[in-house]
Amino acid sequence: MPNIPQIPVADWVNHFVNWLEGFTGFFNAITNFIGGIINGFQWIFDLIPIWLFIVLVIGGTYWLNRKTKHWTLIGFELIGLLYVWNQGYWRDMTQTLTLVLTSSLIALVIGVPLGIWMAKSKTVEVIVKPILDFMQTMPAFVYLIPAVAFFGIGMVPGVIASVIFAMPPTIRMTNLGIRQVPADLIEAADSYGSTSWQKLIKVQLPLAKSTLMAGVNQSMMLSLSMVVIASMIGAMGLGNKVYFAVGRNDAGSGFAAGLAIVILAIILDRITQAINRSKTPKA
Amino acid sequence: MTEKLKVEHLTKIFGRRIQKAQELLNEGKSKAEILNAVGATVGVNNASFTVNDGEIFVIMGLSGSGKSTIIRMINRLIEPTSGKISIDGDDLTKLDKKELLNVRRKKMSMVFQNFALFPNRTIVENTAYGLEIQGVDKDTRIKKAHDALELVGLHGYDNQYPTQLSGGMQQRVGLARALANDSQILLMDEAFSALDPLNRKDMQDELLDLQENLHKTIVFISHDLNEALRIGDRIMIMKDGEVVQIGTPEEILTQPADEYVERFIEDVDRTKVLTAANVMIRPNTVNIDKDGPRIAMRRMLENEISSVYVVNNKREFIGIVDASHVMDLIRQKVTKLDSVVQKDVPTTKPDTPITTIMEKISETSIPFAVVDDQKHLLGIIIRGAVLGAISGNEVNADA
Repeated sequence: MPNIPQIPVADWVNHFVNWLEGFTGFFNAITNFIGGIINGFQWIFDLIPIWLFIVLVIGGTYWLNRKTKHWTLIGFELIGLLYVWNQGYWRDMTQTLTLVLTSSLIALVIGVPLGIWMAKSKTVEVIVKPILDFMQTMPAFVYLIPAVAFFGIGMVPGVIASVIFAMPPTIRMTNLGIRQVPADLIEAADSYGSTSWQKLIKVQLPLAKSTLMAGVNQSMMLSLSMVVIASMIGAMGLGNKVYFAVGRNDAGSGFAAGLAIVILAIILDRITQAINRSKTPKA
Repeated sequence: MTEKLKVEHLTKIFGRRIQKAQELLNEGKSKAEILNAVGATVGVNNASFTVNDGEIFVIMGLSGSGKSTIIRMINRLIEPTSGKISIDGDDLTKLDKKELLNVRRKKMSMVFQNFALFPNRTIVENTAYGLEIQGVDKDTRIKKAHDALELVGLHGYDNQYPTQLSGGMQQRVGLARALANDSQILLMDEAFSALDPLNRKDMQDELLDLQENLHKTIVFISHDLNEALRIGDRIMIMKDGEVVQIGTPEEILTQPADEYVERFIEDVDRTKVLTAANVMIRPNTVNIDKDGPRIAMRRMLENEISSVYVVNNKREFIGIVDASHVMDLIRQKVTKLDSVVQKDVPTTKPDTPITTIMEKISETSIPFAVVDDQKHLLGIIIRGAVLGAISGNEVNADA
């Protein structure tokens, strides 16, 4: 198409990014805030001895599944965590865990209210839905570039990129969960004179909870899938080990670190699912 | 009786171009015409009625007749397009958000077709919901909820979850939730329709029992005419969003306003609602203190009947005389009827249901005499009239 001038999308985005860079103070504040959360998590994980951590995870799993007694899961956790320790990836694992927990937490804090707002307003839903599609389908690498520009390198831009990539399921599932509350229950809540807030807290959120938690679980898994990508901009952890192994063409240590990610993923998934199950009233 | 709830010219139009639809409606266009013209659906068209204090008012109609829309406009779960709803004289349609919340909290409670219990709350928490959102402290509301549950006959289920209960029990909880609020008006939306027939009947009895002590004002939606006739003090029949007839169960059965109501009541088991007074006809009588055999004979000839009922000066029922005996008297030139009056005529009270005397009516050849407490003869029941009334036809005096 030689005669038609090219639309300067790249220029526009660069201009926009340059313009945003003017707000250094704002981005510094965010960096400090997220950095604070990360350091907090990391401090706790560094404080807990490895054996105690393993005991806590297994004890927690046992307590959450106390009615069903998931011995295979407990066995898997024990062997898996001992493997990570044995391979010398413990600190990397806790760094990855920090990244995942921080981004999940932020996704939860932003995503749930946004999901509620979407459920309450048709207009908001119409606007937010395409944005969510965009966030999920845009290749995650693309977020890395402005993330570095605004937040430097290290854990914080990794968290930011993970949040953008991982938040949509939380928002979607919160919206879905609230919209799925049966209409007659909403009518019942209204007919007894509930305010919107009472209706939300006493009826909609409790009934949407298992759907909402499924969204949180999804967000957590997605942010875990971001750890390798985030390591490209200096986020520490298991992803970093995999990334290094790729650079050195070292299939062995790449696999060893990758396996540790899988173990962490399975443990996180089962625990969040168990939390969801244990709090839902049984028929 | 005082008016509790008054609904005037209530209209609801769903869809787009409501203004235009309202204009067309005012011009007298039909529901279908309006749907074609502007694409709006008329849910309720110009409904007016009053519900008295302590009354069970049944709104009855098939699905799509607008009955559910009406009940939801009363507590404004659906906003009326036009018209006025007042409780104790206060116009509900003018309330702002906060006042509306207050009315919903204090003045009326709703019971739902599919119970609408919160699955995440225990039975007692469900029952206490209305009080909880009013900010009543926990001990008080749990106690009140517990009392309400006892009232509807649910003992010992306080800490179970709704799914652990059967349908009938769940609806008792729904009823208890409404009663716990202690509001004067109950809105019951097809409250018993989801229950099996036996449970439904139990709940209807239960409601009537409760009502005897509580004297709530109840607006009850139903599509089941038998239910409406059973529990309703008055019934409003709706069709296509319009009120067809308002009346007591008896009025609905005996004087159906139009063909639609007639068709509706066709398959009702009339024996349960009809009383002796509904099927009796005017008898031909002679006055024993005044009339002699010749008058009696004349009356029988005039009406082409073979016997005539005998009363005295005070219209008290004495008995019956038949033609052959009267002829004998005339031949013997006796001027008084006394000697030939048969006094063993079966009698019944005017408010006796037909079911209880049906069998006897079919056994005896002499028509039943309907007499009141002062022994006044009110009418007689002939077999043909009973059958006619049961089959829904006009009672024919010549039968």
